[in-house]
Amino acid sequence: MRFDLTDEQKSLREMLTEFFGERFGGAQGVEAIARTTLDADLWSAVAELGLAGAMVPEEDGGLGLDLLTATVIAEVTGRYAVPAPVLPSILASWLIATAGSQEQKGKWLPKLLDEGAQAAFALAEDGGWAPADWTLEGAPLVGTKLYVERADSADLFIVGGKDGSLAIVEADDATLTPVDTLDRTRPLFAVAFDAAADVLTTDAAVAGKLFDALCITSAADALGAASAIQARAIDYAKERKQYGRLIGSFQALKHQLADMSVELEPARPLVWYAAHAWDMGQEDAPRMAALAKAHLTDISVQVARNAIEAHGGIGYTWEHPAHLFLKRAMADRSALGSVNVHRERAAVLAGW
Amino acid sequence: MDLRYTDEQAAFQQRVRSFLAEQWTSAENKKDPAFISRFRQQATDAGYLYRGVPRQYGGSEQAPDVIRAQIIREEFAAARAPMEVSGNGVALVTPTLIEWGTDEQKDMFIKKTLTGEYRWAQGYSEPGSGSDLASLTSRAVLDGDEWVINGHKIWTTLAQYATHMFALLRTEPDAPKHKGISYILLDMKAPGVTVRPITQINGDTEFCEVFLDDVRAPASWLVGPRGDGWNVSRSTLKHERNHIGSSARTMPMFRSLVKLAQRRQINGKPAIEDPRIRSTLIQIEGYLQSQLWAGYYQQTLAANNESPGVLGLVNKLTTTNFFHRVAQLSTEIIGDDTLLAPKQGRDRGGDERWVNQMLGSLGQAISGGTSNIQRNIISERGLGLPRSGSEN
Repeated sequence: MRFDLTDEQKSLREMLTEFFGERFGGAQGVEAIARTTLDADLWSAVAELGLAGAMVPEEDGGLGLDLLTATVIAEVTGRYAVPAPVLPSILASWLIATAGSQEQKGKWLPKLLDEGAQAAFALAEDGGWAPADWTLEGAPLVGTKLYVERADSADLFIVGGKDGSLAIVEADDATLTPVDTLDRTRPLFAVAFDAAADVLTTDAAVAGKLFDALCITSAADALGAASAIQARAIDYAKERKQYGRLIGSFQALKHQLADMSVELEPARPLVWYAAHAWDMGQEDAPRMAALAKAHLTDISVQVARNAIEAHGGIGYTWEHPAHLFLKRAMADRSALGSVNVHRERAAVLAGW
Repeated sequence: MDLRYTDEQAAFQQRVRSFLAEQWTSAENKKDPAFISRFRQQATDAGYLYRGVPRQYGGSEQAPDVIRAQIIREEFAAARAPMEVSGNGVALVTPTLIEWGTDEQKDMFIKKTLTGEYRWAQGYSEPGSGSDLASLTSRAVLDGDEWVINGHKIWTTLAQYATHMFALLRTEPDAPKHKGISYILLDMKAPGVTVRPITQINGDTEFCEVFLDDVRAPASWLVGPRGDGWNVSRSTLKHERNHIGSSARTMPMFRSLVKLAQRRQINGKPAIEDPRIRSTLIQIEGYLQSQLWAGYYQQTLAANNESPGVLGLVNKLTTTNFFHRVAQLSTEIIGDDTLLAPKQGRDRGGDERWVNQMLGSLGQAISGGTSNIQRNIISERGLGLPRSGSEN
């Protein structure tokens, strides 16, 4: 019985914290983080880390790690509001390795793992984000998907279709419309498809697993963002003086900062457990994914708001990076279905 | 991450289960106090209870093992079997005596405390010294071979049933406030001890005020060095901190809340079908599951002697916040029954007993360090923020 990360997971977290910390953790301006187009240098540096293959089995050229490890990675990408689609690449590569034919694996895995190809998930429609909400069907696949992250630099799309089917569509066969996106670190696009689609799977259980994995990593991303802005608020409280005293010595502010820890600290083991349940294929995995998504993104937005308030006027400026983390958490909260959508899913899965 | 038990741990779990099946589950006289005492003795002999207490003082003297302790807790809870005697005696006095007591004190007090024969009142808080406990003024003066004690203690839990008190008393009036306090035991039947139960907002009388007027205690009932009582009182069971972030109280409460929501009706339908009730229930479960897994995480850290950091400081507030949320939602579910006064004593009454949650959750927020004191601790010890009012 051991409820903790492995030493390997801890050193990976440390390594990524350093890697992204030196790029985005310091005094870099907002524009350096909130880049609207994917920074090719950043993406090739990320590709060199081999992260895309994190969850791909070793025999397929990946690292053979689990979703818990991806969840640890997601918390770091949230913590530095990393403006690159790290998690979509990990999960798209996992999906192709899990569900793809030999031909599909042979075609896409080398590109994704070795050549820095970028994948984007095209799931959301007007009716929602979950597999049951996907309606696209037919050959060719015709229809529009909403809120596709970094579609402009994607080489392939993973498109959710009717009855929980999933297909690959190559980038050239899609028409993009940019969305003026709240979270500048992950710009979104509407993507219209009218093209041949290479079906990956028609097994709705695979789509369910993918959706749960996206929910769990999104929860961890939000936690990372909220922890980052809380840490900035604490640092600020230790250097900013008013009335001749550090503002961090005022109880009102200290208590607000403490309450953020009361929210965030116990939430990390919850998202770890949700990932572990997913890794073990446990029956409670979908419910834990829903619960973690709802809980972590909800508290993270609240913490991020309070942390901006704790910064005073400077936190309300565009120039200060605080808003990036609030918006990151807000995006995690809304994408893949809002808090109430996931609470309802958790209630239904409990048989209530 | 590996949530399975090792073969050795699974075998231990099996032994605990067999023990409980033989000694408890099949028993017919589970409410007989004499039977319960015998059962506790057997469980101690088997190494399941009082694991941190030496055998010569009535414990089972087991090597510290957080996972075994957890297995025991879970299996005993599943069998609804009694664990250690509850109260301050086992939780606070016994570990303090093991660490600081003289042989005479250990012989005299520990065994009878473990059996429940001695019940202890905690003489810490005073009318003028609550959160700022070290400002306490009740005093003890050495007169020959006896302490003469004068003062006024308050919020003393179950003092009306206690046989003894462990008290923090000022013995060195000229020393700085933390340095002038001693940890002294006294007999509640000694002349000069007056106990006045205090009625709480829910009608219960769980705590008292205790007046100490020229109460005498043997000089040898001083525990640890004179003037070092502040330090002595910090002793806790270091071996297996039993309730690190435990969900032992919150999990059953949540299950009852769900049952309540399934049973009660709102607008002619089960309350659990009401969207707001349903959503809030899951919101509360998010906090509950967080507490549950954070508890397992902290147990793993404790087993490996690693620090839980800030997480280790938030546990009390986690429970307090949970109780508050349950209180709010339960009154929403029971509707007009919230207008009724909860019953006292053994009569649990109807659903208005959830009103007690609204009231009792405030007790959780206040006792053992108020929520605002907890926030001070988190922000100062956990987040490294300056002490309030300090010069900087």
